[in-house]
Amino acid sequence: MPKVKVDGVEIEVPAGATVLQACELAGKEIPRFCYHERLSIAGNCRMCLVEVKPGPPKPQASCALPANEGQEIRTDSEMVKKAREGVMEFLLINHPLDCPICDQGGECDLQDQSMAYGRGGSRYHEAKRAVTEKNMGPLIKTVMTRCIHCTRCVRFSEEIAGVDEIGALYRGESTQITTYLEQAAKHELSANVIDLCPVGALTSRPYAFEARPWELKKTLSIDVSDALGANTRIDSRGREVLRVVPRTNDDVNEEWLADRARFLVDGLVHRRLDRPWLRHEGKLQAASWGEVLSALAKINPGSSVAVIAGDLVDCETMFAAKKLASALGSGLLEGRQTGLAYDTSNLAAVAFNTTLAGIEEADAVLIYGSQIRDEAPLLNVRLRKAVKRGAKVFIIGPSWDPTYAATHLGDDASVIDNLPEDVAAVFAAAAKPAIIIGGGALAKGGLASGLAFSARFNLVREGWSGFNVLHFAAARMGGLMLGYAQKGGIGDIVAAQPKVVISLGADEVDWTKFANSMIVHIGHHGDKAAHAADVILPGAAFTEKDGTYVNTEGRVQYAEKAVFAPGEAREDWSILRALADAFGVSVGFDSFEELRAAMVAEVPALGVEALAHYGDLPAAPEGQRASGVIAYPVKDRFLTNAIGRASPTLQRCSAELIHGEIQAEAAE
Amino acid sequence: MADRHPEPVTPELVARWGSFAWTAENAEKAKEIVARYPAGRQRSAVMPLLDLAQRQVGAEENTQGWLPMPVMEYVARYLDMPIIRVLEVATFYTMYNIQPVGRFHVQVCGTTPCMLRGSDDILSACYARGLKKGHTTKDGLFTLTEVECMGNCSSAPMVQINDDNYEDLTADRLNFVLDELAAGRQPKAGTQEPGRHTVEPVGGPTSLTAMVTENHDYRGEW
Repeated sequence: MPKVKVDGVEIEVPAGATVLQACELAGKEIPRFCYHERLSIAGNCRMCLVEVKPGPPKPQASCALPANEGQEIRTDSEMVKKAREGVMEFLLINHPLDCPICDQGGECDLQDQSMAYGRGGSRYHEAKRAVTEKNMGPLIKTVMTRCIHCTRCVRFSEEIAGVDEIGALYRGESTQITTYLEQAAKHELSANVIDLCPVGALTSRPYAFEARPWELKKTLSIDVSDALGANTRIDSRGREVLRVVPRTNDDVNEEWLADRARFLVDGLVHRRLDRPWLRHEGKLQAASWGEVLSALAKINPGSSVAVIAGDLVDCETMFAAKKLASALGSGLLEGRQTGLAYDTSNLAAVAFNTTLAGIEEADAVLIYGSQIRDEAPLLNVRLRKAVKRGAKVFIIGPSWDPTYAATHLGDDASVIDNLPEDVAAVFAAAAKPAIIIGGGALAKGGLASGLAFSARFNLVREGWSGFNVLHFAAARMGGLMLGYAQKGGIGDIVAAQPKVVISLGADEVDWTKFANSMIVHIGHHGDKAAHAADVILPGAAFTEKDGTYVNTEGRVQYAEKAVFAPGEAREDWSILRALADAFGVSVGFDSFEELRAAMVAEVPALGVEALAHYGDLPAAPEGQRASGVIAYPVKDRFLTNAIGRASPTLQRCSAELIHGEIQAEAAE
Repeated sequence: MADRHPEPVTPELVARWGSFAWTAENAEKAKEIVARYPAGRQRSAVMPLLDLAQRQVGAEENTQGWLPMPVMEYVARYLDMPIIRVLEVATFYTMYNIQPVGRFHVQVCGTTPCMLRGSDDILSACYARGLKKGHTTKDGLFTLTEVECMGNCSSAPMVQINDDNYEDLTADRLNFVLDELAAGRQPKAGTQEPGRHTVEPVGGPTSLTAMVTENHDYRGEW
């Protein structure tokens, strides 16, 4: 632990720290462009110059200089001030002064740092360099003249995404950042370079010229496009959500966000259900809330009611619906819309027990029936890190490119019970072995085989739990904690032939099986369930209500309401409360606070913003084993939910990046 | 330099070079080059292999050789590395021609020492013969490029033509060299100054003269 002096204050820094990190520990701000905590050190912007003794009598780049015992670092000397002014002046030589028309304006590192560390004016009178715009696909807009060649985007695509899409061509002043032959960046995390870019060279194409950062209301939220529960910030203006950006949470998403989660927001203003609808003689007709509720009051379902929860709903909505169903005398609750029917009697057996941060330490991982890049892009980043540390990865299921070295063992779910000897030897010798069971394997009875695998290789040991199930729906773990699971899955609900089925945004259900039921759909998008519904009650999307979400690890997280639901749409819990009145039963809450209190009273884990504890893993059931060829649930990674399917941006991504259609760019 | 960019990938280009593969002889060389690096570090061989590929292209079309995109893709596949990393290398170094060149690639050094010693005359002589920067003459013989320092300052001005340097040039000497090349003969490479062998001082040393015949110790005289 070397001791260094920063501006005369002695501090102790961790071994291996850089001078820049030492300065930060001492509370000194060091300006930087190319340095980023999660990327390798490049040392090419030179903005982080400081004076270091002992050493050459010149300023040194602190990001690439190891902190050593006895160093005297100055960040406030005249030399450092002059050096920073000089670097800034060089950077601005070729940077256009187009801040008024630049989307980065107001949240630009170059702007901020030139204010703080730059000279007052420019001495440069010669011509500036201009660089042609590069195509990087439907998500990333480029204005390459603004590029200062920090190469953060290049390092991100190589190190984090693992696809080497972006490179720096040519040299010196002619350097240009581009993709090969200007092909679209295809990686599912590629839009993170928008956040990484310290200037306005790479900006968000769908968000172009929409707003200035200081106009936006910032609301803390949780991503619902997959089951990882990435922490996000929703930026809204008035009643419209303009963008979603990631928040840093080292336990969940670090500081990345999947493209799907970032760009689904423009789906929030398309295909919305903003008024109630009633089916009259086979046709949906617009109605008022009064008409709909009085129509519902006339039907007397008795206890023949079922609730099917969709993938995007929060725990409060599911709990309110559960209360309504139980007040009516029904316990028919299900959230696994596509027919999965794995055993949920022990939630430890269906959670991601290793935790997302923990999986980085695994040294042998079996991915069992999961296309992780589609189902949980941010988990793949963690697995890449594990592989870099030496982990061996094996995949059972149809082959896909994980961006790291992995051995493909076969497509059939039963492979896990007859592992090749060399693979078994790897897991037997591993100190921290892990399995990740995806939806593809769960559908083939993979849970039993997974538990048997866990028992065989002792995945749960002192200080390590290597048994993981990776869900895909944001609502899944919360739903399971609230009892949204029948023994036979959704098949039990079909068999019960309920008079009324309440759909909580359940857009993935095969509704043809409920032809004899009255379908009451509480949802926010005119998607699949709305087409089948007899009554449509317009609800709120995840941005329009407070809510509790539980990610696949069992991590309870709260999202806040950013904007109001459009038109006559209401928050889901209040709709369910009104339904209770219409059906003439009492659910025991009159406000959101009462609802949340009742929910926490019933499931205390939902009241604590932390990992829920599910106890020990059960033993593998006797005689049940997986069989059948695995099929991955996600067919199109952009159009996975109702909001995404309504989003023009994601539709375009799907057409261009997945189906290879070329859409002509309108003349700009 | 500013307008240096790879030849666009057209269907014709792909048709011509899409099936590029090492010749038997170059395949041997490539294997030997890759073997110089530790296993798993084969991408370190990208620079010599790009050079080898450029020479093979040159041999095929009787030019100095250049790197069409399909050939770079072949090298990328051969080394199991992303094509963008190959392209980065190929565009960084001017040694790699990323656009077609003629039989002789005349690279005139125009950096300060050469300029002081008359590189402007050399360039003018090139222009007078119909060469144009960044272009190949109609007969496909000469491509002219102005380059930065080639490290021959003590025998400036100089040009580099394919693998050889021609130094101590004047307009006449350059014309002689180009005429010889055009006629299919190989002029003497290196300095063109009569009586000079390499970059030794012209007319004998002007300093440290006592060192010519013996290992003289100057220290007492300082």
